[in-house]
Amino acid sequence: MSTAFLSSWKVRVGLGIMAFFCLLAALGPWAAHTLLGLDPRANDISFIAQPPSSQHLLGTNQFGQDVLAQVIAGARGSMYVGLLGAVVGTAMAILVGVPSGYYGGKVDAALNFLTNLFLVLPVLPLILIVAGYLEGTGLTTIALIIGFFGWSGGARTLRAQALSIANRDFVRAMRMLGERGRRLVFAEVLPHLTGLIASMFLHAMIGAVMAEAGLAFLGISDSSAISWGTMIQSAQQQSAVLRGLWWWFVPPGLCIALIGTACALVNFGVDEIANPKLRVARPVSVRGAKRLARAGGGA
Amino acid sequence: MTAATVAAGPAARPARVPRRWGFLARRLGFYLAAAWSAITLNFFLPRLMPGDPSAGIVDKLQRVSGQQVSPSALESIQKVFGEPDANLGRQYLDYLGQLVHFDLGISVSNYPVPVSDLVWQGLPWTLLLVGSTTVIAFVLGTGIGAVAGWKAGGRFDTVVSPLTTFVSAIPYFWMALLGLWLFAFLLGWFPLAGGYDADIPIGFSPSFLLSVLHYGALPAATIVFSAFGGWLLGMRNMTVTTVREDYVLLAQAKGLSSRRVMLRYAARNAVLPNFTGFALALGHVVGGALLTEVVFNYPGIGYLLYTSLQQRDYPVMQGVFFLIMLTVLLANLLADSVYALLDPRIREGG
Amino acid sequence: MTVQAEQRTPSVAPAGQAVLEVRGLTVEYATGSIPVRACCDVSFTLRRGEILGIAGESGSGKSTLITALTRLQRPPAVTTAGEILFHGRDGAPPVDLVALDGKQLRRYRWTALSIVLQSAMDALNPVMRIGAQFADVLRARDRSLSKRDAWTRAAELLALVGISADRVRDYPHQLSGGMRQRAAIALALACRPELVVMDEPTTAVDVVMQRQILAQVLRLRGELGFAVVFVTHDLSLLLELADRIAIMYAGRIVEVGEATALYSAPKHPYTQGLRDSFPPLRAPLRTLRGIPGTPPDLRRPPSGCPFHPRCAQRTGGCDERLPALLPVGPQAGHQAACLLHETETETETDSGETKGGIR
Repeated sequence: MSTAFLSSWKVRVGLGIMAFFCLLAALGPWAAHTLLGLDPRANDISFIAQPPSSQHLLGTNQFGQDVLAQVIAGARGSMYVGLLGAVVGTAMAILVGVPSGYYGGKVDAALNFLTNLFLVLPVLPLILIVAGYLEGTGLTTIALIIGFFGWSGGARTLRAQALSIANRDFVRAMRMLGERGRRLVFAEVLPHLTGLIASMFLHAMIGAVMAEAGLAFLGISDSSAISWGTMIQSAQQQSAVLRGLWWWFVPPGLCIALIGTACALVNFGVDEIANPKLRVARPVSVRGAKRLARAGGGA
Repeated sequence: MTAATVAAGPAARPARVPRRWGFLARRLGFYLAAAWSAITLNFFLPRLMPGDPSAGIVDKLQRVSGQQVSPSALESIQKVFGEPDANLGRQYLDYLGQLVHFDLGISVSNYPVPVSDLVWQGLPWTLLLVGSTTVIAFVLGTGIGAVAGWKAGGRFDTVVSPLTTFVSAIPYFWMALLGLWLFAFLLGWFPLAGGYDADIPIGFSPSFLLSVLHYGALPAATIVFSAFGGWLLGMRNMTVTTVREDYVLLAQAKGLSSRRVMLRYAARNAVLPNFTGFALALGHVVGGALLTEVVFNYPGIGYLLYTSLQQRDYPVMQGVFFLIMLTVLLANLLADSVYALLDPRIREGG
Repeated sequence: MTVQAEQRTPSVAPAGQAVLEVRGLTVEYATGSIPVRACCDVSFTLRRGEILGIAGESGSGKSTLITALTRLQRPPAVTTAGEILFHGRDGAPPVDLVALDGKQLRRYRWTALSIVLQSAMDALNPVMRIGAQFADVLRARDRSLSKRDAWTRAAELLALVGISADRVRDYPHQLSGGMRQRAAIALALACRPELVVMDEPTTAVDVVMQRQILAQVLRLRGELGFAVVFVTHDLSLLLELADRIAIMYAGRIVEVGEATALYSAPKHPYTQGLRDSFPPLRAPLRTLRGIPGTPPDLRRPPSGCPFHPRCAQRTGGCDERLPALLPVGPQAGHQAACLLHETETETETDSGETKGGIR
């Protein structure tokens, strides 16, 4: 069961890309510095806004900084925000969603209202306002804000699932046996949701990476921090588009898109395995049936 | 016959009162509560900052603009964020009273232009851009998703669905940047910035409207391109599930044309969850569109929010948020109404 | 085909003549590397106006047979062999439904052959009014029919099953469970089909409603003269309703015969087990016994007779030789596929084996 989902190529490719970027974030800056001698902040005056070349594989930006080194450093920044934002967001989704679905009644009414409220509020403008009031918004602050405002979707899903589990026989039986509520929620109900929570976490991470990029692009992030978002933002500020410096803003965005795709692939693959109705729509099944029909002599 | 007539008798007739209004009234109540919550949040946010909010804001403003804040601007800030010694409850009531009259205060960076004027100027542009692209993306995505889901696993589906997955994973503003670079900078098909041709006087003249179309096409296209994927994938998966339903099977058994089965039976039912998911999607679309406006210097409220943020013009920031929130809630109410109209189980009880 | 042509009659075909002939129907599921054979070499003949009951446990291939008969199967299910010959009431030469493509099939759908599904709640479109679901098929079959006339006809059809006419404007969720099921039956009769396939139409309703629906099916059959293939897991229910009963096990018909003969003197050990596991509706009570074991995994069917691992009466060759469906007992048309009875008709064994053997 635990390895069944690896049979899908989508899951394997998605996890592979994820692992690559995690590794890049963890070891990349060190490797780039010691092995390639790249410093994301060093200004090479003789190479200002140069296209990719043998000296600078991804070219240089307006300040003569190596884009490759920046992308690698940005991976650490973006993944850090992604992870921290996802941890905060997922934790809040669990703390709101699971009790809401499990307890029902007034607890549910209040928590569900809160969830729906955050669901309909336009979160990005809200984060902008909050970040605007806070002075000196480093990556950690940004991640915390993103997590704090981005839990509602997950909480809604968890609430529905917790609701169905709370009504299952084994939970009812344990409740009748006098098992305490809180222990029951966290020791018995929560383990049944681990798969869902893992998939939510993945989603939250992508969401946080994208949100950070968006916020950085709007100039919220501390510009001294390096993330893919701040790279695109400084490219935009220096009118990179109007001057055709595509190598400056294309790589960071492509990285974000790749991680997003990887996450979508994993979810897609897991969905196909978990949901038998979607599984029959897999090209393999359709092709198999066609082959069989042909072999049957058109019968 | 007798057995059947007897059986038909005792089954009580369900109440014939349309419950549509019940559903919509509940939703309206929720949106009102949500609006109130957001307004209150908007009120307390600056006041939660440590120290005197007005002083802190004036301080920041001076740092950003590099010059002294005029006494009149100070007065406007204090009007919005409260005088240092005023009672909080009193301030809250004043604030609510101002909102009722749509008095959002005075812009600090554009003193003394009322915030409401700035916001009203930007709103039509954003509504035009976001509204039209949301509708286009929804129709396009839902339509293509229905086709892909109807023949799930087929050639069309195997090409379109993974491609869409990739496209919808691309950040909006980056897509906009790429579009700008490719179609405006390299190919020169579209203007690089703005919402209309500044040489043509603003009005409903054909040449002006044409320039609006010309300037809006690229921002709109980038938003549609990155937004329709979500609808497509949602509709595709819903259609795959719906196609397995017995009523679709029965419709096929009835020998109806496959067009009719697909539209009236499969797609008609599969589209319903897309309306309940509207709230989730709209937040993303609005957020993305704000960024797109910044990329294209489009004269909407997203761009206004951006510039006010740069200049730390807090009254404008708050006013823009207030308006965005109202619009999003209204759009959600609209989606709920369409949903109630489309689903008889909501509409006529049961 | 030529044999059928000789039977051709100029006027409406008389009762007792075949309306459906199924020969060697085999359905496989293309899942995994090895196709799963869910329906295997199924053959039977249905006479005009006859009710044929098909009984079996879940997983016996009943549902697969239904979707194959009605040509509603979807990938990964594929009909790999056999033919389904339909004899129209106009006396035209029979058509093989398996050989038709989707467009040609549409001509026969609902006018020749209609279907009632297990749960009417799921089978009726939740967002269309009941009347509209009648009207669209009525108007698809008769393009000259006006919308208003189609709705009037829908109300008449509902009245046929005892639902008041003003219910045509209701949505499915506004009807009670029993009403929905009767509406689904009325819908199946909308285009006066010659054959209605019913897939456990009474499992979703209570016992009282079940009896009413069965009585209605019998009455309407008398009035309209359609034939019925009635599929269920409840053998005693078929005794009340069916003229003939076929028992399915592991995708094959293991016994078929007149309802009373099959019920009173079952020949196949599986039929005996099935009969003894249900309480009779109108017979003195007797001890109920279940069948030990579970239905076989069709991905790895047992060798020989598929029932032998669960069979209390198995003998030497049961795990080696697949028995053919052969005449048994005194009643004409009573057939069973069991080695216990093959010895009685030793002479026919050879020919029977080639017909029903492993393909």
